[in-house]
Amino acid sequence: MGGVGLEAYLIVGAILFVCGVVCMATKRNAIGVLMGVELVLNGANINFVAFSRFTPLGLDGQSFALFVVVLAAAEAAVALAIALNFYNNHTTIDVDRGNELHG
Amino acid sequence: MIEQLLFWVFAILTCGAAVAVVATQNVVRMAFWLIVSLGSVSALFFLLHADFLGAAQLLIYVGGTVVLLVFGVMLTASGSSVRIKTSPAEAFVGAGVGLLLLSVLLFSVTSVEWDDLESRLPTRNLSPAAIDSQREASSDADVAAAGSSVAGPAREAQAALAARTQAGRTVRQLGLGFLGLRPDQDLNRPEGEGLSSGYLLPFEIVSIHLLVVLVGAAYLARAKRRVVAGASADL
Repeated sequence: MGGVGLEAYLIVGAILFVCGVVCMATKRNAIGVLMGVELVLNGANINFVAFSRFTPLGLDGQSFALFVVVLAAAEAAVALAIALNFYNNHTTIDVDRGNELHG
Repeated sequence: MIEQLLFWVFAILTCGAAVAVVATQNVVRMAFWLIVSLGSVSALFFLLHADFLGAAQLLIYVGGTVVLLVFGVMLTASGSSVRIKTSPAEAFVGAGVGLLLLSVLLFSVTSVEWDDLESRLPTRNLSPAAIDSQREASSDADVAAAGSSVAGPAREAQAALAARTQAGRTVRQLGLGFLGLRPDQDLNRPEGEGLSSGYLLPFEIVSIHLLVVLVGAAYLARAKRRVVAGASADL
C-alpha cells in the first residue's frame, strides 16, 4: 500500500471540509462563499474516492464523486447568475447587504 | 516510497492552499489558491488510482468552475468590492469554531480502526488496495503457489478486472456503470442472486439537470436593459 492508508486521506478531506465551512461562514464576498462551497464538495470527494480505493465497495465512490463534480459545476453556474443579479440590483456583492431580500 | 512522498507533497499543498483561501481577503488571490488546492486534489485522485476522476476534476473544476468564478469576480469588481474585509472578531470566532469542528472530525476519524474494515463489510470482494498488497506479497513469494490458490474462473475474472482497476484504467468500468452494468460487482456473484444496480437513471437525471441549470443560469444572468422612467421614450 506504500504506507499511505485510508486515514491520511480522510484527514485531508476533513481539513478541506473545515476550511470550506469557515470560508462560507466568515467571507462577506458572495464569490468567496462560493469558493467555500467548492472546498467542502472537494473534501467530500476525497472521502468518496478514498473509500472506493480502500474498501471492497467497488467503483460506487468514484461514480458518486463524478456526480458531485457535475452538480458542483451546475451549482456554481446558478449561484454566479444569482450573484450577478444581486450585483445589478445593489451594486455590491457583500452578503451582509442581502438581509433586505427576505420575503 | 515515491507514492508516500507524492502523497505528502500534494496533501500539504491541498491543505495549505485551502487555509490560504480562508485567510486571504483579496478575491483574486483566493481564486488562485483555490486553483492550487483543486489541482492538488486531482493529483490525490491520481494517487488513488482514479484516473478518469482526476482528469475530470482538472477539466471541469480547474478549467471550468474556477474560471467561471474568476469571471464572476471580474464582472462584480468595482473598487471596494474586491476586498470586503471580515472584521477581526468574526475571523477570531470563525477560526475558533473551525478548530473545534476540525478536532471533532479528527477525533472521530482516528478513533475508528480502519484496518479490519474488510472483515466487517458484508461483501466477498477485496478492496483494490488489499488486492494490490496481496499481489506484491505473492510476487515476492513463490509465483506458482499463488497461481494454484486461485479458486475458479469467476475468481480469475474478478482478479483480472481488479488488476485493470488497479492499473488505473477505470474509464470503461465507470462508463458501464453509468449505462447500468456493473462488471466489477457482478462477475464474482453466484447464480440467482440478481445483479447489482447501476447508475443509468441518476445519469439521465443529472444530464437533464445540467441542461435545465444551464438554461436557467443563462436566463438569470441575461443582460437587462435598464429602463429609466423618463428616458424610456427616447429608446
